[in-house]
Amino acid sequence: MANLTLHDVRKRFDDVHVIHGVDLEVRDGEFVVFVGPSGCGKSTLLRMICGLEATTSGDIHIDGRRVNDLPAAQRGLAMVFQSYALYPHMTVRQNMAFGLENIGTPRNEIDARIGEAARMLRLDQLLTRRPTQLSGGQRQRVAIGRAIVREPKIFLFDEPLSNLDAELRVSMRAELAQLHRRLEATMIYVTHDQVEAMTMADKIVVLQSGRVEQVGPPLELYNSPANRFVAGFIGSPRMNFLPARVVTATQDATLLELEDIGPVTAPPRAGLRSGDQLTLGIRPEHLEIVPGGTGATVQAVEQLGGLSYVRLSPHDIVAQIHGQTRLAPGDAVSLRMAPDLVHLFDAEGIALPAALLIAA
Amino acid sequence: MADATEASAVPARGMSRAAIFVAATRGRHGADWTDWASYVYLVFGTLLMFVPVAWLALSSLKTQAGLDQMPPTVLPYEPARAALPGRPGEFPLFRVTKGDHAGQELAEVRRIGLQAQMVDPAAPAAVIRVPVSDREPVMRLHAAWDNYSAVVSRFDFLLYFWNSLFITVVATVITLLFNAMAAFALSKYNFRGRGTVFALILATLMVPPTIILVPNYLIASQLGLVNSLWGVIWPGVATPTGVFLLRQYMLTIPDELLDAARMDNASEWRLFWRIMLPLSAPALAVLAIFSVMWRWNEFLWPLVVLSRSENFTLQLALNSFQGELTTSWNLLLAMTVLTLLPITLIFLVLQRHITQGIASAGVK
Repeated sequence: MANLTLHDVRKRFDDVHVIHGVDLEVRDGEFVVFVGPSGCGKSTLLRMICGLEATTSGDIHIDGRRVNDLPAAQRGLAMVFQSYALYPHMTVRQNMAFGLENIGTPRNEIDARIGEAARMLRLDQLLTRRPTQLSGGQRQRVAIGRAIVREPKIFLFDEPLSNLDAELRVSMRAELAQLHRRLEATMIYVTHDQVEAMTMADKIVVLQSGRVEQVGPPLELYNSPANRFVAGFIGSPRMNFLPARVVTATQDATLLELEDIGPVTAPPRAGLRSGDQLTLGIRPEHLEIVPGGTGATVQAVEQLGGLSYVRLSPHDIVAQIHGQTRLAPGDAVSLRMAPDLVHLFDAEGIALPAALLIAA
Repeated sequence: MADATEASAVPARGMSRAAIFVAATRGRHGADWTDWASYVYLVFGTLLMFVPVAWLALSSLKTQAGLDQMPPTVLPYEPARAALPGRPGEFPLFRVTKGDHAGQELAEVRRIGLQAQMVDPAAPAAVIRVPVSDREPVMRLHAAWDNYSAVVSRFDFLLYFWNSLFITVVATVITLLFNAMAAFALSKYNFRGRGTVFALILATLMVPPTIILVPNYLIASQLGLVNSLWGVIWPGVATPTGVFLLRQYMLTIPDELLDAARMDNASEWRLFWRIMLPLSAPALAVLAIFSVMWRWNEFLWPLVVLSRSENFTLQLALNSFQGELTTSWNLLLAMTVLTLLPITLIFLVLQRHITQGIASAGVK
């Protein structure tokens, strides 16, 4: 159980900067998820925290102690690897015991901890098997068990579910969340899957190209993304982005002209002037389709029973409809969006916050 | 051999897999000419390999007289002898070729000049005179196992065997350990000059051992290793082949395993001992086999380093047998067979690993 602080942490491989000054605070007992596209540096950041990768500059503190120069073994962390990294020549029991043997834990203590972890993870029957004799889900649980018996300060997970099939992934997700509640441990979890991030995290850290784009609870990221990247990354299907031009901007409302679609009213934003080029973001589930009218044409309809996705032109817009729909490809429709569910981004992709203007 | 892999499916339910493998042909209907060619080639190769060994094994069972015989025989024969009632000892048997007794087998009791006094074992009372030129010796099959007992009892065979065994086992263990350590460093650590070091190690493969024989000897003598079994062992423990073979294998062991072990508080040595070595077992087995073969058959270096006969290995002892004025070929051959046996046994037991190893390492 511990907290973790990163201060201006940077990483450079020769001339390639992979982490550009990350500041982060993880509180005791928090479940933090690093999420981002592949190559964003999230795994590197995790490996820097656990000490497998050296830090070029900046400070890493665990429980107030600077650990930059401590080797991985002495930081008191445990990691679950993407490939599980179970020792293939050892049984499940030996796999779990290895770390404890290395620090000279007494035999009966090792047995007690393994017994407890095995019960918790339903591995009792498998202790004498070798990793090759286990299914993917079982291996996953052994890898977690190996971390648990160490009683680490912080659990680190490096894309642990990416090798499992979809069904198993859902159940392991629930199991991990449950485990977090039961152990009340600090956990840092790396994934490229925003669904995993949304469902498990207390706090999500969105990374792109070695920079933190936004940190916050899942719904905060969903409801008020700080920029276009976070808005596009969080939520599935992803947010629609439409080029827009400011027609008039007043105290009460912003009137926008959407390219190829038509006018739309958005809440007021500060500092807008007539003629400004913006991007309007609207989530598929917030887009209302009205049959008839003008503005968009149905390209394709995906009926999933409980909900339907409608693909529209122009701009390859996706709308999500609750229930089923009678819309068919070729239908002309008009689009409606509730003004307070609209996100606006400036030319750099930074979100224009509504609240600021109201305060002003 | 290639035919087997390209073999058309032989419709033979119930036939064992080995039989299907052997009977596989390239031609769909009957044998293609390539089948004939490969069979001829394979049979030729088999004969080329096995005839000398079989010849050696058979000859090692011949007496010195049997070896000297012209024309040579395939199977070990010796002159037949018979006991005669009323006379002590055994007497050589001859078949008479001419005269009254032609076709009979008689025992020679005495020879005077060109006349032999012979006796029919069935009627031992009557002495028959036969000219020496009118008879030929009767040969019978006889395995001279006493060649082997003579080798073991008359020479220090057990001492030479022990020397060879000691060098082979100890050198193999040290070779495995040192080569695995070098391979571990070269495959799993990033350090400046790693590529250069590896290239240099491989480059030593291109230097023929005879070229560095003299410098090696000078170093060994400076270190006081001459005339000691350790003098044979130490200079050869670092083998470029072994380092290469193990490194290539260790590259396939995922780094995440090492990271996991590091997170598990394992020291670098423990990482090597508990994770790397067990996981490299297949490659280590191959290298062990190679090392045993190299060390057991090694000749030139021990010949240079070991000059006192109590330190001789089997190979040196064999060589010294031949150097004497009279070569006891029957004993030499028996000892050669004894020398071949251990390596043959190893081959039999580890055959699968050897072929696998040769295939995977791409070395001789």
